[in-house]
Amino acid sequence: MQLSREELSRAYRRMFTIRAFEERVVKEFSAGNIPGFAHVYLGQEAVGVGICHDLTDEDYIGSTHRGHGHCIAKGCEVKGMMLEIFGKSGGLCGGKGGSMHIADISKGMLGANAIVGGSPPIAVGAALTQKYKKTGKVAVAFSGDGASNQGTTFEALNMAVVLGVPAIFVFENNGYGEHTAASYSVGAPSIAERAKSFGMPAEIVDGTDFFAVREAMGRALERGRAAEGPYALEVKCWRFMGHFVGDPQAYRTPDELANARTHDPLPVFRTKVTEARLLEKSDLDAIDKSVLQEVEEAVEAALASPFPDLKTLEKDVYARY
Amino acid sequence: MPRKSYRQAINEALRQEMRRDPNIIILGEDVAGGQGASGEVGVVGSVFGVLGGLYKEFGPTRVIDTPISESAIIGTAAGAALTGLRPVPEIMFVDFVGVCFDQIYNQTAKFRYMFGGKAKAPMVMRATIGAGLRAGAQHSQTLHPLFTMVPGLKVAMPANAYDAKGLLIEALRGDDPVIYLESKVLYDSQTEVPDEAYRIPFGEANIVREGGAITIVAFGPCVARAMAAAETLAKDGVDVEVVDPRTTSPLDEDTILESVEKTGRLVLVDESPPRCSLAADVAAIVADKGFKFLKAPIKTVTCPHTPVPFAPNLEDEFIPNPRRIEAAVRAVLKYD
Repeated sequence: MQLSREELSRAYRRMFTIRAFEERVVKEFSAGNIPGFAHVYLGQEAVGVGICHDLTDEDYIGSTHRGHGHCIAKGCEVKGMMLEIFGKSGGLCGGKGGSMHIADISKGMLGANAIVGGSPPIAVGAALTQKYKKTGKVAVAFSGDGASNQGTTFEALNMAVVLGVPAIFVFENNGYGEHTAASYSVGAPSIAERAKSFGMPAEIVDGTDFFAVREAMGRALERGRAAEGPYALEVKCWRFMGHFVGDPQAYRTPDELANARTHDPLPVFRTKVTEARLLEKSDLDAIDKSVLQEVEEAVEAALASPFPDLKTLEKDVYARY
Repeated sequence: MPRKSYRQAINEALRQEMRRDPNIIILGEDVAGGQGASGEVGVVGSVFGVLGGLYKEFGPTRVIDTPISESAIIGTAAGAALTGLRPVPEIMFVDFVGVCFDQIYNQTAKFRYMFGGKAKAPMVMRATIGAGLRAGAQHSQTLHPLFTMVPGLKVAMPANAYDAKGLLIEALRGDDPVIYLESKVLYDSQTEVPDEAYRIPFGEANIVREGGAITIVAFGPCVARAMAAAETLAKDGVDVEVVDPRTTSPLDEDTILESVEKTGRLVLVDESPPRCSLAADVAAIVADKGFKFLKAPIKTVTCPHTPVPFAPNLEDEFIPNPRRIEAAVRAVLKYD
């Protein structure tokens, strides 16, 4: 299905927002303004945005430790995210979650998840709710090539088939689980083959191409919306940076790192839409400018905002005490 | 008032609440039983028969048999709870939490806090606990301390049929994840249980027996053992107060401290290895907050620091039995 100018603009805006957001996170982290760890999504923008493009706020996603991109793709507010990553009051989780636990249930975002393989079982549960309530909605579990080796993932794949729920397993194969290559750690010929062996359709997708990702997701969604069962996508993409911000990546050659940058999803998108005369270069440049402004304002707000009130320390452990 | 077994009380609580709230679903291994088999589905109703008849009434969409796949059972329940259902997953024996603990303590328990109070996960995880069935080291543990120490979880340990029903209904009407621990040795024990639904608030201890000489605080399956010891001691004129906290999280510290203020002496009885047990925990609380009430050192009666043994004589000695409880009480009373 051909996308409208508005939809293309939205997709590009989200991809470029992720790019600008993450580049700024790297900068602010390096400046010492962000506590803890940060795992950035640079290079994988087309995956999150392509997967989430046709989802609504009532469709759910579960995410990973590398979750900023998924949040933006699902429509989470950039300022609230930045405040959260800075650990500031006014963050999406009040500063209690941080980079690895950003969530916004109202947007169907069930949380970044710092446990590798944590999200797939939860997505099966969110999908069970959709089946039980006959909503026609789906639940997506984002996970990486690393999580594809976790027992929780195997259990979730099997459970989704047994229960026949509309869960969509998106394995972002960026080539590395932390500092170990997927070519070493994934014993199967491919993650898609492995998923298929559990009894669901699965395919391998080019994660540098928004359109390819969205089309593949369309097939998964068709099956999910019709409550016909789960689907798996192995999306091949490139991790531009290290496992975490500051990872010196001595385990990757300079050639490999340079090569990764040649698989950039943003120029791919720009070229496709401008050559097809769907959007003009000036349209895209205007989006870039507006996004950079939005990210700048988010950082300014995060820097200016206070840390959470100490009174919140013991709040919200329970719904009722 | 009709007398019902602990097993019937749990079944009745689930049945009544499932009729009231269509968002409650049950899932786990053999909660119906017989899926895909040649005979009738639903005739198992969980391995101890606690869920008998529920599949017949509520069908496969609400009483869901799963693979033997505990991480996916709890994870599925967690995701369902986060998105609007009230799942009641069953872990057949609490010993099996080792293969799904991440989904309990890192996921379900933390959602609300990590997400800034904007999420809720009203899951009620049922599991069976306790030694005494000659079931060996991997089917006999209690493990309540594991859950009690996790912020975000509530932990109920009903010690009789009346409490079993009231605590389960309370769990099913709350918005917090609850670990509901059923004592296997109590399934056939009976008390009076009202037919209608009723709630027992969490964090409210039950003074099972009033007395002035010494306080025994006992948990779950140990309450009946403490009562047996108290009856023996009563024949010698020793007036024992027995307190059952009913929930270990939240814990009714006030009632325990008030009892110790009255008696000045405390024995704790917990079916758990001694280190980091609820016995050790409550002893520390009383030492901290009730030191001035104490006329004698606190004593704990727990299991030894061993796995649960198989041989019947070893297992009987492993369990905090009435003889060991009585000896501890007499030792504390001797102290002046």
